[in-house]
Amino acid sequence: MTEFHDVSHERKAGEKIGRPDKYEYVEHDKPWRYQEGEYTVTRGSAWSGPGCHLGCGVLLYTDKDGKLVKVEGDPDNPFNKGRLCVRCLDLMESAYNKDRIVHPMKRDPKDRGKDAWTQITWDEAYDLIAEKFLAYKKEFGAQSVCFFKGTGRDIAPWISHLAWSFGSPNVVFALSGCACFVPRIASSMCTSGSFWVGDYSQQFTKRYDDPRWKVPECIVLWGNNPIVANSDGLYGHWVVDCMKRGSKIISVDPKMTWLGTKAEIFLPLRPGTDAALALGILHVMIDEEIYDKDFVDRWCYGFDQLKEACEPYTPEKTAEICWVDADKIIAAARMIANADGMIMQWGVATDMSKEAVPSCQALSAIFEITGNVDVPGGMIAPPSILPYYAGWGGENLSDEQKEKRLGIHKYPLYRYGFKNASTDVTIECLETGKDENGNDYPLKAAWMQTTNPLINSSPDTRRTYNALMKFEFIVSVDLYMTPTVQALADVFLPACTYAERNGIRIGDGVQRGETINKAIQVGEAKSDMVINLEIGKRICPEYYPWDTEEEMFSHILEGMDMTFEQLRDAAPTYLDFEYKKYEKGLLRHDGQIGFETATGRIELWSTYFNQIGVECVPSFDEPSPGPVADPDLYKEYPIVLTTGARNWSLFHSEHRQVPRLRALRPDPIIQMNPKTAHKYGVDQGDWVWVENQRGRAKRRVELTEALDPRYASTDHGWWLPEAEGYKDGGFSGMYDYNINQLLAYDPGRTGFGSNYKTVLCRVYKCEEGDHNTLENALGCSEGEE
Amino acid sequence: MPQGILVDYEWCSGCHTCEMACAVELTHKDFPEGHCGVKVHEEGVYPIGGDKWTDINMPVFTDLCDKCADRLAAGEALPSCVKHCQAHVLEFGELEELSKKLAAKPKQVLYAL
Repeated sequence: MTEFHDVSHERKAGEKIGRPDKYEYVEHDKPWRYQEGEYTVTRGSAWSGPGCHLGCGVLLYTDKDGKLVKVEGDPDNPFNKGRLCVRCLDLMESAYNKDRIVHPMKRDPKDRGKDAWTQITWDEAYDLIAEKFLAYKKEFGAQSVCFFKGTGRDIAPWISHLAWSFGSPNVVFALSGCACFVPRIASSMCTSGSFWVGDYSQQFTKRYDDPRWKVPECIVLWGNNPIVANSDGLYGHWVVDCMKRGSKIISVDPKMTWLGTKAEIFLPLRPGTDAALALGILHVMIDEEIYDKDFVDRWCYGFDQLKEACEPYTPEKTAEICWVDADKIIAAARMIANADGMIMQWGVATDMSKEAVPSCQALSAIFEITGNVDVPGGMIAPPSILPYYAGWGGENLSDEQKEKRLGIHKYPLYRYGFKNASTDVTIECLETGKDENGNDYPLKAAWMQTTNPLINSSPDTRRTYNALMKFEFIVSVDLYMTPTVQALADVFLPACTYAERNGIRIGDGVQRGETINKAIQVGEAKSDMVINLEIGKRICPEYYPWDTEEEMFSHILEGMDMTFEQLRDAAPTYLDFEYKKYEKGLLRHDGQIGFETATGRIELWSTYFNQIGVECVPSFDEPSPGPVADPDLYKEYPIVLTTGARNWSLFHSEHRQVPRLRALRPDPIIQMNPKTAHKYGVDQGDWVWVENQRGRAKRRVELTEALDPRYASTDHGWWLPEAEGYKDGGFSGMYDYNINQLLAYDPGRTGFGSNYKTVLCRVYKCEEGDHNTLENALGCSEGEE
Repeated sequence: MPQGILVDYEWCSGCHTCEMACAVELTHKDFPEGHCGVKVHEEGVYPIGGDKWTDINMPVFTDLCDKCADRLAAGEALPSCVKHCQAHVLEFGELEELSKKLAAKPKQVLYAL
C-alpha cells in the first residue's frame, strides 16, 4: 500500500519520477503545490461539483490561514489553456456559501418535509445508515436499497462500487429513459462498437499545433450550444478556436444561438423531429450519391436497408415534418458530404426525445456513410486510459443479484453494457410494490448522492415525490439543503467541493489522467469518495480494504501503472493516439481489423438490435404530445416548448444561492418571439405561467427573434434557495418554478429516451400571490374552478 | 509606453468570464460592489436581411480598469480578463503594437487605457 507522502517540494522542476513511458506528459515549471508570494497555489483538476462535467485545469490560491481566495485557469493544461468560466472563477462563493450544510444531520422519517433536523456526528450517521441498510438487506434482499446518482461528474464509479459491493443492482440515474448521454452511447456502441467524439485535437498535448491534426471543415452543431453547455468532454470554446482556423458551421437548433449567427446554414427544426431531419439529410446524400462509397463498401453493413429507411424522407417531406426549408436540407447534406473532416457535434437534445435511440442511429449514419470515422478533423474513437468510469467492482455483484436489476426484463437494451436500473420501472415498482414481471419487489431504502431529482432530473414532480416517499429510509449526500433533502431525507451527509478533496480525473470523451488536489477544508464536509469508502467499510467491508482514499485511488490507478501521488506529480497524462484504428486492428478485442460488432463493420442495420427485438434501422416517430400527433391538444396548448436551455452561470439546479452567479441569471426565463408573446397578451419581463395538461411553472418572459413564433424555450433546474422552504413553504419554490411538472415518465421503446425537450404549452400572466401547491398541479383546489 | 487592450469582438461569445475574472481578482477587493473594470454589452440576436443574422457582444472597459497593474507587478504575465477570456478575444500590450494588429482585420476595437 502506498503511504501518503507529499513529495512535490522535494523534487526539482521537470524531474521524472518513475513515470511510465506509455504516456505523453506536459512538463511543468512548478510542482503541483508551490508558494507564490503570500499565497499557496495548488494545481489540479476542477472536477466537480460544483460545476460542469469538464474538469478544467485550475490553480487554487489559498492564503496563510488556509482559506481559498482565488481560482485561476492553469495555462499549462492543454485542455483549457488557462481559460476558465464564471463558475470556477467564483468557486469561493460556492465553497464558503452561508447556505452550505457542513455537518451530518438526521430527522425522524415522520417529520419529512419539516425543518426538524438534529445535528449528529459522522459515526452516529454511519451507524444509523449501516443498521438500516443491513437490516433491509437481511429481510428483503440488497436490491431493496436503491442508489441514486446525479449527472455524470465524479460520482458514477464510486456509487456503482458501493451499490454492487453491498449487493444491490439498482443504481438509478433519475431521468425518465436515462435521457442524457445514454441514448447516444447506446446507439453508437450497439451499431459501431465505439463511442465517437468530435476531433478538436484534444487528444494531443500540442493541440492545434500537432501536425497529425487537421481543422474540421464542417462542424454540425446538432441540439447543442457547446460554448454554454460544455458537455461530454468538449470544452465549448474549442468550436470557436476551430472557427477562427476555418471551420464552417451548420446549426441544427430550434433557436438561433450566437454560434448559429455565424453558421453557413441554420436549420431551426421543430423540437423532437431530429430523426426525420437526419433521415432527410441521408436521403439527399444517398439520392445524389455524394456519400463516401468506398468507406461504405469496405466498412459498413446494411447500407441497402438504410437506403430503404431513408427513401420516404424526401427534402419536401422532411421540410414539412421539421418545419425547415427543403433547399436548406439539400444544402446541408451537400456541405456535409463535401467536407474533408466533419464533426457531428450532437448534444443532449438528441437524447431528450422519446425515440432517441433510432434518432441517434440516424445522426450516426450521417458521419458514418460520409467516412468521417476516426479521421483527422472528423469523429474519433476516444482513447481510453482506464475503463473504471462506468463503474468498477462489477464482479462484487453476484449473477443472481444482477438478474434483479429493475428494467432489464422489460428493456433488454439495458443489459448491453449499461449499469443503471430503468428509472421508469423503479418508479412503477415503488408505486405498485411489484417489478416489471409482476413479482413482489419491496423497495425500502434509498441512498441519494449528488442528485436533486425533485428539481432537476425527474419529470412529473408530484409523481416522483409520492413515489420516493414510499422509501422507508432515505439518505441524501449533498452540499446544500435542496428541496429534495427538505422533502425526503432522513439522514443528511455533507459533501464537499472539489477544492476540499483529493480525487482522480480520468474521463470523459478523450481520457487524460489528472488528479483533483485538496486545498481547503470547510466544516466537517467530506468528499463523496471518502463518504463511500467509510460507509462501505460498515456495510460491505470486504470490498473496502483501503485505509485512505489515496490508497483506493492508487488501487484503481494500478491499471495505468501509477500511484495517486505519481499521477498528481505528472498530470496531465495523455495516451498516444492513432487515427483509423479500424484499419490497424485497434478497435476490436480480438485484434482483427474493423469494428467491435458481430459483422466487424459499422452496422447501419444492427444485428444486435435484431437480436433483442428492436428495430434495426433508424426511424422517426412524431413527438407526442406534439402539434402533429395531438392536434386537439395543440389547439389548447399552441406553443411547442423545449426545456433545458443552458446559461452561462448556473449548472443544472446548482448555483442559485451563489450571489455573483445568480446575478448573471436572476430569474427563470422563457424565451419567446415578440409575435407569440403579444398574441397571448404577455410582454418582456412579465411573470407568466407556462402550462400544459400536466402542470404549470412560473417563468419570466424574454422576447427574442431567435425563436420561431411557434416555439418557446425555457430553463430547467429552478428553485429559489431564498424562498421559504419545507412543505409548508412550498419547498423553496419547487412547485412554482420546476418546469419538469409539465413532463411525464414516458420512455422510448428501448427504455431509453424521453420527451424532456418537446412538449406543448400555453402562457398567461401570473397574478401576484398566485402559487402552485403540492396537492394540485395547477395551483387550485379540486372544484375551485 | 501607453498600453491598451485590443478586442476582437467578432469572436466575443458573451460568456462574462472577463467580468468575473476582474471581480474576483485579489487586487480588486476595493471595487464598489457589483461593479468591475469591464462589462459585456449584449446587443442581442436579430436578423439583418436575407439569411443574415447578428449577435454582437462587446466588452466595455470601465473607469475601474487598472490594467491589473498590481497583479502584473506581482509577476503575472497578463491581466486576469485577458488570461481567462474563453474565446481568446482580448490582447493586452503597447498601443503602438496593438494598433498595427487593429488594421489587420475588421470587427476589432482598441481600448487605449
